[in-house]
Amino acid sequence: MSLVQLTLHEAAEKLRKAEFTAVELAEAVYERIAETEPRVGAYLTLAHDKALEDAARADEMLKQNRRGPLLGIPLAIKDNFLTKDLRTTCASKILSDFIPPFDATVISKIRSAGAVIIGKTNLDEFAMGSSAENSAFFPTHNPWNLERIPGGSSGGSAAAVAADECTAALGTDTGGSIRQPAACCGVVGLKPTYGRVSRYGIVAFASSMDQVGPITKDVRDSALLLEVIAGHDPADSTSVNSTVPAYSDMLAGDINRVRIGVPKEYFVSGVAVEVGDAVRKAIGELEKQGAMIEDISLPYTEYAVAVYYVVATAEASSNLARYDGMRYGYRANARDLLNTYTLSRAEGFGAEVKRRIMLGTYVLSAGYYDAYYLKAQKVRSLIKQDFEAAFRRCDVIATPTAPTTAFRLGEKIKDPLQMYLSDVCTISINLAGLPALSLPCGFDRDGLPIGMQLIGKHFDEATILRVAHSYEQSTPWHRLKPKLQD
Amino acid sequence: MKLSTEQLRQLALLARLRLTAEEELALATELDAILGYMDKLNELDTDHVEPFKHAITGLNPLRKDRVTNRSDTESLLANAPDRDATFFKVPKIIE
Repeated sequence: MSLVQLTLHEAAEKLRKAEFTAVELAEAVYERIAETEPRVGAYLTLAHDKALEDAARADEMLKQNRRGPLLGIPLAIKDNFLTKDLRTTCASKILSDFIPPFDATVISKIRSAGAVIIGKTNLDEFAMGSSAENSAFFPTHNPWNLERIPGGSSGGSAAAVAADECTAALGTDTGGSIRQPAACCGVVGLKPTYGRVSRYGIVAFASSMDQVGPITKDVRDSALLLEVIAGHDPADSTSVNSTVPAYSDMLAGDINRVRIGVPKEYFVSGVAVEVGDAVRKAIGELEKQGAMIEDISLPYTEYAVAVYYVVATAEASSNLARYDGMRYGYRANARDLLNTYTLSRAEGFGAEVKRRIMLGTYVLSAGYYDAYYLKAQKVRSLIKQDFEAAFRRCDVIATPTAPTTAFRLGEKIKDPLQMYLSDVCTISINLAGLPALSLPCGFDRDGLPIGMQLIGKHFDEATILRVAHSYEQSTPWHRLKPKLQD
Repeated sequence: MKLSTEQLRQLALLARLRLTAEEELALATELDAILGYMDKLNELDTDHVEPFKHAITGLNPLRKDRVTNRSDTESLLANAPDRDATFFKVPKIIE
């Protein structure tokens, strides 16, 4: 097995045993990138020199028997995390030359834990999209089939993990942006509870739903990375001040008598037959392992996409007002202040970002606020109550992560509403602020990965990780590798 | 159509976006379809439902009003499109 294929926990152990050095591991990753990146296109910026310096420093610490949970581990970071002195674009022309003056809290945490940042990965501009095609620079290709999308918005991070162009990655998830690409690329993606991980230094999209999480080769890696990034941050007043459990120590337990709810609304006509079948089979496997399966209902599910695209666009239109071409970012040449604003934004933002700013401005404008924004926030309460009622009867909810496997590049880009509907299985979870994980549970007849989503109670990441780990132990999916052929 | 061309232009001005004629045309159709889909919410009677406030209830942290970050004028100005000494330089505001 080559170095780049190792999981985070395997690589960490071998680094500790000095089977190879962190510099050798980082060099192996860059060699892999040189070989596969022309076909995949996962990275927007590589941090080669700085990464090798950091790897050399990790080697020094390893020699002194110093410990760090991520010491010498090569990570890929979605390009909407601020990284000091390393270009952060959000895949937008408006930030194409932006060099952050500080690190996001999560970046400081992984640096202190010894991680080596390999580079910044591609995404849909400002994390708005489900295919990574809305990048202002280039699309990313799915390593399992290069004509397919990797999912989005964290498409670059998921593709980099699947193609072994990093050991693990970080993404963000506002409506499914970690889980849907993880499902499309056959890797593990975790969106923690809203408030579990600091959002300080993450480029804001929809602040009431944005959350940071790991994209990894297996479930143990997900637990290990979450342990490092989770926790209270005084700089993010929505981050919650509660103890971070040792998630990786809690994976081993059995799942006997864990109650798993299966909501009928997630197995309806829009879900591809092969996807539904694979997820039902995976739920059957969990039952064999001792879990108790219960049919449940989440009746407001069908309203989630409509609620989401009111709330998310409203928040986005407000958050993106800061890109005015005055203090940072792209500035167009125009004759006066108003035209500098309108032209900078017209030339700096792509079509989807403009569409969402327009929608958000509309639903918040005088005369429409009650009909759209207030109405959506009321229905959002109903969706949250749906989950509260369900979680009185079960501990975990299992669903497909996405209604289909990865679609073709270009297939939905001309039809925004169809693109929005590809988030139908993941969006409710962000609206309710719950934690959810996607893990591979099979392949369709075209050889494309299928993801199962496990949803937990607020702050109960430990249970979904344990159930996912138990499933992973008895199935081969996470060990299969794409061939990366056209 | 939910939005007239006039409304669309007014909205773009509020959002500080200059739209091309093609963009106006495309947006009129797209926004119409999306807003039409959102009308689905009107199927529900929400008269007695409280609007959503926060995912985690009971969270209202307060902190001391104290400066904790150090002033770093140079790094903050480093990304400025235009500057003059320690100021952001912007187009003329008053005629």
